[in-house]
Amino acid sequence: MYIYDQYDQRIVDERVAQFRDQTRRYLAGELSDGEFLPLRLQNGLYVQRLAPMLRIAVPYGLLSSTQVRKLAHITRHYDKGYAHVSTRQNIQLNWPLLEEVPDILAELASVQMHAIQTSGNCIRNTTTDQFAGVAADEREDPRPWCEIIRQWSTLHPEFAFLPRKFKIAVCASEQDRAAIHAHDIGVELLPNAAGKLGFKVLAGGGLGRTPVIGSVICEWLETEHLLTYLEAILRVYNQHGRRDNKYKARIKILVKAMGVDAFRDAVEAEWALLKDGPSTLTAEEILRAKSFFTTPPYAVIDAAASAAAVQTRATAEPIFGNWLTRNTSAHQVPGYRAVSISLKATGIAPGDITDRQLELLADLADRYSFGEIRTTHQQNMVLADVEEASLYVLWQSLQKAGLATANIGYITDVICCPGGDYCSLANAKSIPVAEAIQARFDDLDYLYDLGPIELNISGCMNACGHHHIGHIGILGVDKKGAEFYQVSLGGSQSKAAAIGKILGPSFSQDAIPDVVDNLLETFVSLRQGEETFLETYNRVGIEPFKERVYAKTH
Amino acid sequence: MPKLIKQGCISSDHWLPAEAEAEQAPPNCFPSLRQWEQNAAGSGGAVQLEPGDGITALCPALNTLQIVAIDFPAFMDGRGFSYARELRQRGYNGELRALGNFMPDQLHYLRRCGFDTFQPADESRLDECLRQLRVFSEQYQASIDEPLPLFRRRRAVAHS
Repeated sequence: MYIYDQYDQRIVDERVAQFRDQTRRYLAGELSDGEFLPLRLQNGLYVQRLAPMLRIAVPYGLLSSTQVRKLAHITRHYDKGYAHVSTRQNIQLNWPLLEEVPDILAELASVQMHAIQTSGNCIRNTTTDQFAGVAADEREDPRPWCEIIRQWSTLHPEFAFLPRKFKIAVCASEQDRAAIHAHDIGVELLPNAAGKLGFKVLAGGGLGRTPVIGSVICEWLETEHLLTYLEAILRVYNQHGRRDNKYKARIKILVKAMGVDAFRDAVEAEWALLKDGPSTLTAEEILRAKSFFTTPPYAVIDAAASAAAVQTRATAEPIFGNWLTRNTSAHQVPGYRAVSISLKATGIAPGDITDRQLELLADLADRYSFGEIRTTHQQNMVLADVEEASLYVLWQSLQKAGLATANIGYITDVICCPGGDYCSLANAKSIPVAEAIQARFDDLDYLYDLGPIELNISGCMNACGHHHIGHIGILGVDKKGAEFYQVSLGGSQSKAAAIGKILGPSFSQDAIPDVVDNLLETFVSLRQGEETFLETYNRVGIEPFKERVYAKTH
Repeated sequence: MPKLIKQGCISSDHWLPAEAEAEQAPPNCFPSLRQWEQNAAGSGGAVQLEPGDGITALCPALNTLQIVAIDFPAFMDGRGFSYARELRQRGYNGELRALGNFMPDQLHYLRRCGFDTFQPADESRLDECLRQLRVFSEQYQASIDEPLPLFRRRRAVAHS
């Protein structure tokens, strides 16, 4: 993973000193609430319903065991002993004290971490595939490019007061696991006709109040031009994005208003000024970035024998077998698997993890996965490089700690924002809805029969729970002061990205498990062969689901 | 006379913010873009830009302009950061003045984008502005104050 040198460390240390001074001046009354707002947001600090919330950056979801132990310490010492993995692969603390945030940032800086630009109207954490570097369908490791973007976007002087927040995602594999179509900018590393890798650049995607799938701005860009091209897009957005209405301020609205072609022309005009300038990437810099993401010292393994041995275990112990099938995935290297750790056990808020569990994962990462841990935008964690022969003992350790729920990719692997329990923006609670769904569908055999289903819940239009791109999306809405839930179907975050369609009038919280049950029964009755929920939906459309759900509940 | 920060020190001069409603710029006031364009077809040496004005109208006059003031009516509106950097990148070498309601905590970024003079609406904050002028001693990106990104300078150190 990327290791700071003296320059990176100095920047982060000076940021801590800056925020310590800003906090002091705010508490002394020298900075108004309005002025402190963007300053604290750009350090990840929200003032929430019950306490401040601090969002810690996990660049492209990669953590060392040392960093995870530090996070465990911070949650125990400064918070209530647990942390939350967000849908941008970041870590959130729900109960820090404002006065102690500078100390928390200093603790983070001691392990090469920070909270820079995890909120506010600036460029946010760049996200990518949680299986980067190990995925079998990968064209190239996306993380060096993410790190290059991270450095460029960190404390960028021109783009710290944009019309609205700005999110970039990178995909470098056949399957898109980074939801690049739902980002302000999505870049996909892919070969041109000559087989050379470059970037396809999308802009103007986004969720929130007006969900939009990103448009292709550049079909193929030489990799050396990545930063100057991004800078040109940001400059057009910063100058022309709407600032009169925060709900129309994202780049997606600008791209729609200008039209893709006019937007592209404006970007090209700005780019002409920047292209081939000093920010053009050098071969040395690209190599330097890549040098941090090298192959770990994998063992040479007899893949067939190792697979047979693990299969024997799985047959003898079906609970392990379930976990093996659902929570581990293919690896580039024979004899290895990538292990997903579900943070979606019923009764626990989706994405929450305790200090003890964090420490256990750090130990397990050291023992079985080269000391690295990843966070995922589905709010789970990953040990990416585990030998098949270690899977059984690893599973035993995880199971004892409540971390072996075998539901990755199934309906109880709910993506869910913190919602009205914590967030002051939310219209409605989301965690109890997730819990009720998980409790209703606790029969694993039924779960597996249903096949992969993504169910995403957001407590408000800001769509942190990505409800628009869930196969089943649930959105909390406010109806005359009461909490209601709107259901949508058919969203997808894959390369065939789609925004879900609203089913109809919203439901009370109590009704949601029955509604989901009805949707699933409809699916089962119409399903052909091994179709997934999404495939059946795409074939039959929304009507049969609508008829069933509203016939029963109204 | 209004106080301001110029060449890293607190000083003062006669320039007042534009009065955009006036037909012609009153004496000592920056001409608004409209007043500047009407005055001898944009040949005056000073002009004040508002968010939304853009910099295109100034491009033919980059060699004759001596002061460009960029107004920040509200500190959350960051268009002026792009205007400044783009003017510098297009070759403007005169004075570039940030004017209005920017925060002291924005001075570092303003300076990096090419501003060299800072005239806050609230003069009582000049000392704080001065303190915030240079809160980072290192930066990743290329900008006006440091035209080379860290990756090009990092390489220079590594090879020396």
